[in-house]
Amino acid sequence: MSDTSPTPHVPLLEVRNCSLRFGGISALTDVSLKIGHAELVGLIGPNGAGKTSLFNILTGVYQPTRGEIHFEGSSCVGLLPHRINILGMARTFQNIRLFGSLDVRMNIRTSFIARLRNGLVHTIRRGRSFLSEEKEIQEEARRLLAYFGLEEAASLPSRSLSYGDQRRLEIVRALATKPRLLLLDEPAAGMNPTEKEALKRLVTQIRSEFGTAILLVEHDMKVVMGICERVVVLDQGQVIAEGTPDEVRADPKVIAAYLGESHSEEEIS
Amino acid sequence: MFSVYTARFSNPRLGLVAGLACAALLQCCGGWIDPYTTQVILFAAINVILATSLNLVMGETGQFSLCHAAFMAVGAYASALMTGRVLPSLLPHFSWTGISWASQAFFFPVLLIAGLVAALVGLIVGGPSLRLRGDYLAMVTLGFGEIIRVLLQNTNAVGGARGMDGILPATNLFWAVGSAVVTLYTMIALVRSTYGRGFLAVRDDEIAAAAMGIDTTKFKVTAFIIGAFFAGIAGALYAHAVEFISPEGFNFLRSFEIIVMVILGGLGRPVGVAVSAILITLLNEWLRDLSQYRMVVYALIIILFMIIRPAEKLLPFFRRLVPGVGKKPSRS
Repeated sequence: MSDTSPTPHVPLLEVRNCSLRFGGISALTDVSLKIGHAELVGLIGPNGAGKTSLFNILTGVYQPTRGEIHFEGSSCVGLLPHRINILGMARTFQNIRLFGSLDVRMNIRTSFIARLRNGLVHTIRRGRSFLSEEKEIQEEARRLLAYFGLEEAASLPSRSLSYGDQRRLEIVRALATKPRLLLLDEPAAGMNPTEKEALKRLVTQIRSEFGTAILLVEHDMKVVMGICERVVVLDQGQVIAEGTPDEVRADPKVIAAYLGESHSEEEIS
Repeated sequence: MFSVYTARFSNPRLGLVAGLACAALLQCCGGWIDPYTTQVILFAAINVILATSLNLVMGETGQFSLCHAAFMAVGAYASALMTGRVLPSLLPHFSWTGISWASQAFFFPVLLIAGLVAALVGLIVGGPSLRLRGDYLAMVTLGFGEIIRVLLQNTNAVGGARGMDGILPATNLFWAVGSAVVTLYTMIALVRSTYGRGFLAVRDDEIAAAAMGIDTTKFKVTAFIIGAFFAGIAGALYAHAVEFISPEGFNFLRSFEIIVMVILGGLGRPVGVAVSAILITLLNEWLRDLSQYRMVVYALIIILFMIIRPAEKLLPFFRRLVPGVGKKPSRS
């Protein structure tokens, strides 16, 4: 597949002048974005700014109307979602999408299916190579669950977990596909402050332990500002600001996008 | 913990050997079993194959298919043509009229080819139509089932509406029960593996499955092809058990009967579905004396079954007998 040694000149992900239109409505206009290896980037913007649309063109759910997307130097426009995952991009969903009838451990193990050495025939034959691979997967799933503190829930149905744990499980499941870029779609949505703190720790921990680059789409400014090195701000389908959290926070365009334009006094009176 | 895990995952192979031994034993004792009971066992075995193979498509992968009987018809007609026309013309010196060792030896490749032909048809139908979901897929498969039936009805080479008779009675207890054991083994082996969870993942959430790198179309088509393959084998067994087939025997009601077995057995549980297939076969036999009231009582009992779910209740009992058998796919 793609070469694994990171070449310093090629960014991990490069979005070049991407536009997405639905009929007459422009969801994204000329969006460009770069994410480096093991970088933690935040993507923020008010409601309807195009954050999820950008997510969806990255993961192959939609095709961009114009523009290019390169992952590790190779174009990934037009690939189906599962091909994009195999390339090395994994995502979570804004509305949690776990496999409800499978238990927690099995939810993790589904992530290994695309990379199995033993296919259908070997599975039915149940030879030595099949059994040893099943053991490896079992062991790796166990390690991941232990690492993220979900070990005790391993044999519970995934839908019986608490909301925060379900979010965590979804992240672990995406991580189990061994991505080089992890895309998190509003992971803090609906979380209470304690859960949000835990999530922030989790995200930084993933980056430092697994060396995974992370693109974090988030509504909650505090979460993004607290952990991201670089923040990209979208508004009405366009990138209006980009920089460190402090730079972005001070940017008048960002303030305007979030709080509305400031009006001069005579207009008000 | 670990040894339990490996034991459970290598279990099905033991079951396969034991099951095949049972089939052979049953065949050896066949002389003591009266013809009626033999036929009921044959039908039960054929229904187990049909129900567990449809369960892979409907119960595990979540694709509503209404044409399982059509795949059965393809297998039945393909095998009847092979034993009735192709084999006699290839080897004219054997006597193909009775049950001989020669016809028994040739029945294995006949079963296999019948399954493969049905699988090929499954690929042709499933490839394009599995891009559809839910109701639309049901419509396409319903239509396809009717197309097969009407095609057979209007093809004079296979007897048209009169069907084909005088088929070699090659199906015996060994072939029927043996095939049922192999089918059940395959389904259990699939459901208890990482690969097999792909089917369940596709059923639970296609979008999430694709995001985890699972080629959802490939999994759906694979389920469909495996289902069609075993339905084809069931059709071949059926044709060579009743010695007469006609297009009407494979209409949509037959598909529906198989669906009832799958639903009663608890969607997605191979052992439960096999138990319910046996129960419904027996029910069909017990109700024969009621003549015209049969379908009324049948329907009432099915409704009762749905409410009390005996197959599901029997599972804990089976689990105690053989640890690990019939566990929910979600547990492992």
